[in-house]
Amino acid sequence: MENFNQIESEILNKIKSIKDRSSYESIKTEIFGKKGIITELFKKIGSLEQLQRKDYASNLNFLKTKVTEILEKKLENFDQSEINKKLKNEKIDVTLPGRTFFTGKIHPVSQVIDEVTSIFSEIGFSVEEGPDVENEYYNFSALNTPENHPARDMHDTFYLSNTKDLLLRTHTSPVQIRTMLKSKPPFKIIAPGRTYRHDSDQTHSPMFHQLEGLHIDRNINMGHLKGCLYYFVKKFFEVEKVKIRFRPSHFPFTEPSAEVDIGYKIQDGKIKIGEGDKWLEILGCGMVHPQVLKNAKVNSKQYQGYAFGVGIDRLAMLKYGINDLRAFFESDIRWLEFYGFDPLDVPTNYRGLSR
Amino acid sequence: MITSLSWIKNHLETKANLNQVAERLTEIGLEVENIKSSNANLDNFIVCKVIKLQKHPNADKLKLCDIDIGSGTLVKVVCGAQNAREGLFAVYAPPGSVVPKTNMKLKIAKIRGIESHGMLCSGYELNESSDKEGIIELNKKEKNIGEKYFKNTGEKTMDIAITPNRPDCLGVRGIARDLASSGIGRLKKQPPIKINQKFKNPIKVSIKKEKGQGCAIFGSVYIRNVQNKESPDWLKKRIISLGLKPVSAIVDATNYVMFDLNRPLHAYDADKIDQEIIVRNSKKGESFEALDNKKYTLENNMCAISDKSGVLGLGGIIGGTRSGTEMSTKNILLESAYFFPTSTRKTSKMLNIDTDAKYRFERGIDPDSIKIGLELGICMILDMCGGEASKFSIEGKLKDERKIIDLEPEKFSKVIGFTITSAEIKKILTSLGCSLKMNGKKMKVLPPTWRPDIKEDIDLIEELTRIKGYDKVPLISPEKENVKDTLNYRQKIFHFAQRSVAAKGYTEAVTWSFTDSKTNILFSDLKSEIKLSNPISTDLDVLRSSLYSNLIIGAKKNIHRNFEDLMMFEIGPIFKGNKPGEQSTMIGAIKTGKYSRKNWIEKERNFDVFDIKNDALRILNEIGIDSSKITVSNKSKKWYHPGRSGLLSLGSSSGPELAYFGEIHPSIIKKLDLKTDNILGFEIFLDNVPESRKKIREAKPQFVVSDYQKVVRDFAFVIDEKYSSGEIINFVKKIDKNLIKNVKIFDVYQGENITSGKKSIAFSVTLEPKDKTLSEKDIEEVSKKIISIVQETTGATLRS
Repeated sequence: MENFNQIESEILNKIKSIKDRSSYESIKTEIFGKKGIITELFKKIGSLEQLQRKDYASNLNFLKTKVTEILEKKLENFDQSEINKKLKNEKIDVTLPGRTFFTGKIHPVSQVIDEVTSIFSEIGFSVEEGPDVENEYYNFSALNTPENHPARDMHDTFYLSNTKDLLLRTHTSPVQIRTMLKSKPPFKIIAPGRTYRHDSDQTHSPMFHQLEGLHIDRNINMGHLKGCLYYFVKKFFEVEKVKIRFRPSHFPFTEPSAEVDIGYKIQDGKIKIGEGDKWLEILGCGMVHPQVLKNAKVNSKQYQGYAFGVGIDRLAMLKYGINDLRAFFESDIRWLEFYGFDPLDVPTNYRGLSR
Repeated sequence: MITSLSWIKNHLETKANLNQVAERLTEIGLEVENIKSSNANLDNFIVCKVIKLQKHPNADKLKLCDIDIGSGTLVKVVCGAQNAREGLFAVYAPPGSVVPKTNMKLKIAKIRGIESHGMLCSGYELNESSDKEGIIELNKKEKNIGEKYFKNTGEKTMDIAITPNRPDCLGVRGIARDLASSGIGRLKKQPPIKINQKFKNPIKVSIKKEKGQGCAIFGSVYIRNVQNKESPDWLKKRIISLGLKPVSAIVDATNYVMFDLNRPLHAYDADKIDQEIIVRNSKKGESFEALDNKKYTLENNMCAISDKSGVLGLGGIIGGTRSGTEMSTKNILLESAYFFPTSTRKTSKMLNIDTDAKYRFERGIDPDSIKIGLELGICMILDMCGGEASKFSIEGKLKDERKIIDLEPEKFSKVIGFTITSAEIKKILTSLGCSLKMNGKKMKVLPPTWRPDIKEDIDLIEELTRIKGYDKVPLISPEKENVKDTLNYRQKIFHFAQRSVAAKGYTEAVTWSFTDSKTNILFSDLKSEIKLSNPISTDLDVLRSSLYSNLIIGAKKNIHRNFEDLMMFEIGPIFKGNKPGEQSTMIGAIKTGKYSRKNWIEKERNFDVFDIKNDALRILNEIGIDSSKITVSNKSKKWYHPGRSGLLSLGSSSGPELAYFGEIHPSIIKKLDLKTDNILGFEIFLDNVPESRKKIREAKPQFVVSDYQKVVRDFAFVIDEKYSSGEIINFVKKIDKNLIKNVKIFDVYQGENITSGKKSIAFSVTLEPKDKTLSEKDIEEVSKKIISIVQETTGATLRS
C-alpha cells in the first residue's frame, strides 16, 4: 500500500520548485503526464484486490483533486502577475484630447417654433403653412385692409412687381384666409413662418418670424381667446403665475382687437417675466372680423372665433435673454453656438419644453 | 398724438391725476406710450445780465462777455451779436443744453482761442422769431437774474398711440370724450362763441364738379385788418409741446384748432389770392412751391386749391408759399374743408408728403366740424391779432352716409362672453356720441359724425367691450382635445431633417430669404432672377434661388474672423418664381476647412467629398429613405467641382432628385474671395422625399433570418476607368438578386503597373443563401458567373 502522505509531500515539493510557465508545464507532465506520478498510481488500480481498491481509489482521487487545484492556482498566479506586469506598461494620459467629433446646434428661432408648436399641439391646434410670396389680396384686401387704408402704413412692404400686386407677406395672417378657403369650419390652426417688412434698425429686421393662430367654431368667444393665450404664455415662459393684460387696440381683420402685455421686472440686470409692474407687448389678437370670414367663405352667422399673431423672434429674445434681433440672421458662428440648442433637445409636452 | 393733462382738462372735468388718466387711456385703447416732462431742456435757459464786455483779442466781430447768471460767480461767454452790451438782460444757455432751433447740444468750446461757457441766445435760436440778428433783449430787473426763461415748462406730456380707426382722438376733445365715457370725468360743453360777422366774404369760392373731386365741402371766412404777431406765451408753449415750431399767431391758431378739435384749418394771405378760389383737379405738369419749401409737380386729378393764376396748395395736405401768411399779412382767408380720405392718401403717397393735416384727412375728419372749427379759429385770431370776420361761406355738401345699426344685446354676450344690460349699452353709446332708439329688445343706433369707423354691430360691440374694460372678459380654459394631427407628413419630415442635420455636427443658421444677385446667380439655374422692386439694400436685391449664397456669405465672415473649420446649414424656402407657391423647401449645408487639425491622435486632413456624401446619405436614411432605394451618380450642377460631386436620386439615376453633394466649384471660391481652399456642401430637396404610404408598423415585412451561413468572396479586376464604382456595384448585384446580398468596394487603384486609362478595383461580394448551405461548388459557380459577366460587359480583366 502506497504512502499517500509521502507521495503528496513529494508532489508538493515539486510544485514548489515551479518558477515559470515552462517549469510549470514540465512539472505538470511529471505529475499528470503519460508516465506521471498520479497517472502511474491510477494504472495500479486494476491490479489491486477488491478490498484495497476502494480505499486506494478514494485516497488517490483526493490527492488528484488537491494537486489539480494547487496547480490551477499556480497558473492563475502566473496569469495575474503577467497581467499586472502588462498593466504597468499600459498607462496612458487620458486627459489628452480624444478624436474629433462635431456637435451641431439648432437655431433659437427653430427651437422656439418647436416649443410653441408643442404647447398648441396639446390644446388641439394643428400646423398650417402658407407661401412667403403673397399677392396683395391675401395679404391685405381679404384681411379687411383695402387699398389706401392707413393701416397699410404699419406694414412697410417689399414688392416683387411694380404694380404692387405681388409682395413678400408682411404677416402670417394670409394663412388664415388660405386655410379657411381650402377647407370647412371648424378651424383650429397655428401657422409659423417667415414675414418681411421694409424696415431695418436695432429692433427691426427686414425679415422676422410670426406665429399665426386661428380658432373658428360655432361658439368661440373672447373668453376662449383669453384662456388660450393665458395658457400659452404660462406654458411658454414656464412660470406658475403670469401677469397678463389685454389692452384694446386695432387691427382691420379682428374686432374687438387687443394687444397683450405681460408683466416683467428687471432683477440683477436680468429680465424676469411674469411679475413686476412693467409691461411688455408680446402679441396682437382679436375676434375675427365678420368681413374676413365672409371673404374666406365662412358663414359668419354660424361661425365665429379668434385669431392672434405672435412675434417668434421676440419670444426667443425674452425667454432666452437675447438682446439684438439682427444678430439672429447674421450667421456668426459664435452667436449660433452660444444661443443654439442641442439637436436632441426636442421640446415635447411630456418631457418638458426645455432642459 | 401728444397732449397734456391741462389741455385735456380744457374739455374734461376731472379730479384724476396724470397717472390715473394715462392708465385709463391705455385701458380703453388709447395707449400712452410714454410720459415725459414736456421740455426739461427748456428749464436750462435762464435770465442773465451782461456785466462786463470786452473785444475778443483774435476776432473783430466777437465779444467777450462776463455775465451774471445768479450763481455768485460770473460766467465767461463769447458772443457775436451786435446788440450785446454791458447792462443788457439776456437769455443764457449753459453747456449741456440743446438749442431748440438746431438741436445742437452746447459744449464748453474754444472760440478763436478763448473758452466760451455756453451762449447768449437769439430769438431765432429759441424758435421764437425769425430774426437771426442779435440776441434777445429782456425787459427784466436784477431780481430776475437766474430765473428760468421759459415759464411752466414743467408740465408733463403724454404721447398717445392713436390707432388708424380713431381719427376723432387725433384731437384733444376726442380723447376727453373717451375718458368721460369711461367714467373718469365729465365732458365739458363747448362754450358758445359769439362773433360779429357783418360783411360778406369777398373771395368767391367754387368747387368744380369733376370726376374724382377730392373736396366735398369748402368752408371759409375772411378776416380783415389783422395784425399778425408772435403768439402769446401760453400758445407758444402748447405748440412747442406738440413738437411744432411757433410761427405766428395766425398759423399757431390754426395748428391749435387742429390738435384741439381734430379740425385742420388753413390760413391764406387773402391779398395774395388772385381773384377767387377754385377747387379743382390738377393737370399733369402743374407745379407749386409748398410751405415745406419744396417744389412739387402734380399729376392729373389731385385736389388742387387754386386761384386765377394757378395752384395755391394741395387740399388737405399742404399749402403753398405764394399765398402763405407773413407777419405783415393784413387780410386772411381761413379755410375749413372736408377732403376725402382716399384722394388725400393717394396724392400724398404719390408726392411723398406727410403732414399733420394729411394724417387727419386720410383717416376721416368730422364733416360736421366745418363751422365749429372756423368759429374757434376766428375767435383766437381776433383775440390775438384784432380785425373783423366776414360771414361764413360754405360751398359743397357731403352726403350723410351713416347707417342706422341694429344691435342685439345677446350678440354682445355671444361674442364677448359676458352679459351687458341695455341700460349700460345706452349709457356707454350715448356718452360716445351715438343716438339710440329702443325697438323691443333690439336697439337702433346712429353713430356720431366723428366716428367713420363705426359701421356695423361688431363695431359697437367693440366700443362696449373697450369701455367696460377687457378685464371683464372671462377667462375660459382651453380644451385639451386633438381632432387632427399636429403635423402633416411634410412637416414631420422637416422637423426630423432639421435635427438630423444638426446631429451630424452642422450648426443651424437662419438667413434672409433675399440675397445678393451677384452671388445668387452663381448658384442658380433660373433663366431670370426674382427681383425685389424695393430692396432694403443693393446687396439684398433678389429672392434666393439657392441656400448656398447666404450660407457662403456667412461662412466668409466667419472665416475672416479665423473660424476656418465650419459646418453650417439652413433649412427653408428657395424661390423659383415671383408668384405665391413658386418656392420649395430645401436643406443647404456647407462644411469648410479641416476634419481634424493639429491632432496628436489623428492625421490632419481636409473635409472631403466622402464626408459630405456620408452626411447627405445618413440624413436621407434618417428621414426614412432606405439606402437600397438611393442611387448615387455623378450628375452635377454648375456650381460644383465637375469631378468631385454627385447626385443622390430615388430609384434610378434619373429618378426624383434627393440631393446634390460635392465640392463647390473652385472658380466660385476664387470669385467670392474666400480664404479657404475647399468648401463642400449638399442640397437636399425635401419636397422630393416621397411620402410613405404606410405606417411603420405596417411597412415592416416579417422578420426572416436565414439559418444558412453567409459567404464572402473577394474579386479584383482591371477595368476601364470610365466605369464608376456605383455602376459596377449595380450590375454585380443584378447578377443574382436572390443570392447576392451586398457588394462592397474596398480598394481602387490607378498608377504604377496599371495601364493608363484603366483602374484596378477590388470588391467583396456577400452571398446569403435562403434555402441551403452553399457548397464549394455552388460558390465556385457564382464566382465564375460574376467574373465572366463583368468581363463580358466591361472588357475588364481579372487581376491575379
